[in-house]
Amino acid sequence: MFHLKEVKYKDILNIENLIIPEYKVTCIVGESGSGKTTLLKLLNKIISYDSGEIYYKNKPLSQIDSIAHRRNVVMLPQSPAIFNGSIKDNLLIGLKFAEKPIVSDNKLTEILEFINLNKKLNENAQKLSGGEKQRLALGRILLLNPEVFLLDEPSSALDDETEEIIIKKLVEYTKSNNKTLIMVTHSKKVAKDFGDNIIEVKKGKIIN
Amino acid sequence: MNSIINLQIYQMALAYVFIVILLFIVKFRGIAREKEILISTLRMTLQLILTGYILVYVLNNKNPLYTILIIIIMEIFAIHNIFKRVKVKLSNRIKKIIAISMILGTLSSILYFLLVVININPWYDPRYFIPIAGMLIGNSMTGISLGVSRLVDGMNSQKHLIESALMLGATPKMASKKIVNNAFDSAILPTINSMIGMGIVFLPGMMTGQILSGISPVTAIEYQIAIMLGILGSVSLTVILFVQLGYRTFFNDQSQLILDE
Ligand SMILES: Nc1ncnc2c1ncn2[C@@H]1O[C@H](COP(=O)(O)OP(=O)(O)OP(=O)(O)O)[C@@H](O)[C@H]1O
Ligand SMILES: [Mg+2]
Repeated sequence: MFHLKEVKYKDILNIENLIIPEYKVTCIVGESGSGKTTLLKLLNKIISYDSGEIYYKNKPLSQIDSIAHRRNVVMLPQSPAIFNGSIKDNLLIGLKFAEKPIVSDNKLTEILEFINLNKKLNENAQKLSGGEKQRLALGRILLLNPEVFLLDEPSSALDDETEEIIIKKLVEYTKSNNKTLIMVTHSKKVAKDFGDNIIEVKKGKIIN
Repeated sequence: MNSIINLQIYQMALAYVFIVILLFIVKFRGIAREKEILISTLRMTLQLILTGYILVYVLNNKNPLYTILIIIIMEIFAIHNIFKRVKVKLSNRIKKIIAISMILGTLSSILYFLLVVININPWYDPRYFIPIAGMLIGNSMTGISLGVSRLVDGMNSQKHLIESALMLGATPKMASKKIVNNAFDSAILPTINSMIGMGIVFLPGMMTGQILSGISPVTAIEYQIAIMLGILGSVSLTVILFVQLGYRTFFNDQSQLILDE
């Protein structure tokens, strides 16, 4: 799905060769400041590498339109972005940004169930707890139905039990819908239990 | 209609005595502002005397070149003043956008207003051209300054939300829509507020001046209404141009946020 060759980004990342497979769950691990977020941002094309090349489905990223790419390869940032408004507004804003058709309230309620968020659609999203906001942001990108999910520590603010439940559902969902999941995680357990493929980043380099 | 009382030198001096009294009060109360009052009084006096002489000369020697030159000086001064007044750091790209919006926005408003609405003849008649251009440029300058501050502040403080929107597939336009609208609103708000209070809370300067110089209040009001519409048009046009072009300076051609190094 992704193939990185001699990719350099400032003095933060230096990746000689890395392949990320399609339809698999890939976990990215490594210590804080090693460059995990930067790697995801490169794959989302929210930043561009200085040299080398990243291929997405055998096409160089530099030749793919940024916005079209981000609609196929959606990224969930490390700290969730909550916009002013209700839970419903926050779920729908992703569809608006991606210019996809609006869905029914039933579908939105299903998403809330999926992310174990026991709240009403019209509640103020700014009042949610940190972990609830994180799940709401996750729900928003699930609605977008992209080819690839880039998740930056999607469960960092969750307790172990909720983390386990959510990640499990997520993995099942991506597998049964032929999606590719690329996820940064600080949890060794999550990586071991769910990762088909584990990438470790250390000081900007990939170590196997 | 009576002609206006010409102020004699001693009468002017009396006006300054008023300020001297004020200075004493300020000093007595221990407010450390006498220096600012003095300097601004002096500056205002010198600037106006100089402008007065230039205007007398230009009005007596009508020449399109003089009119054009004065408009150019006004534009340069206004643009420079915007750069100075805005407290946030401006990139060169955004400075260029400010200059372009000011020039295009004010010039098209000035020309429409003078040549189509008032229909002056000759087209460069300095008696109309200079004061009206001054009012449109001055108000647009104030408006755009507010718009620039809001846009740059908003873009910087909401980087995270903008970046998150881009990650979801938003275009730069969608991602910055809220901030752009906000900047536009705050830029035209003073103009709108001044229109609401006009005639009730205060009499506008231009109208006051015309009435003082013996023109019928009806004519003065006609001009005032026309000029307010001109100001509103010029401020809106300038600010729309600025925000529509300005937000783009925060993104590169790959639709990525440009981070300041
Ligand atoms: N825009 C930037 N300019 C300069 N340095 C940056 C920039 N973004 C990140 N860095 C630096 O690059 C390094 C890698 O950052 P990155 O966010 O990718 O780390 P990370 O592995 O995600 O860490 P964490 O686990 O703490 O989230 C850090 O040292 C960070 O300070
Ligand atoms: Mg990170």
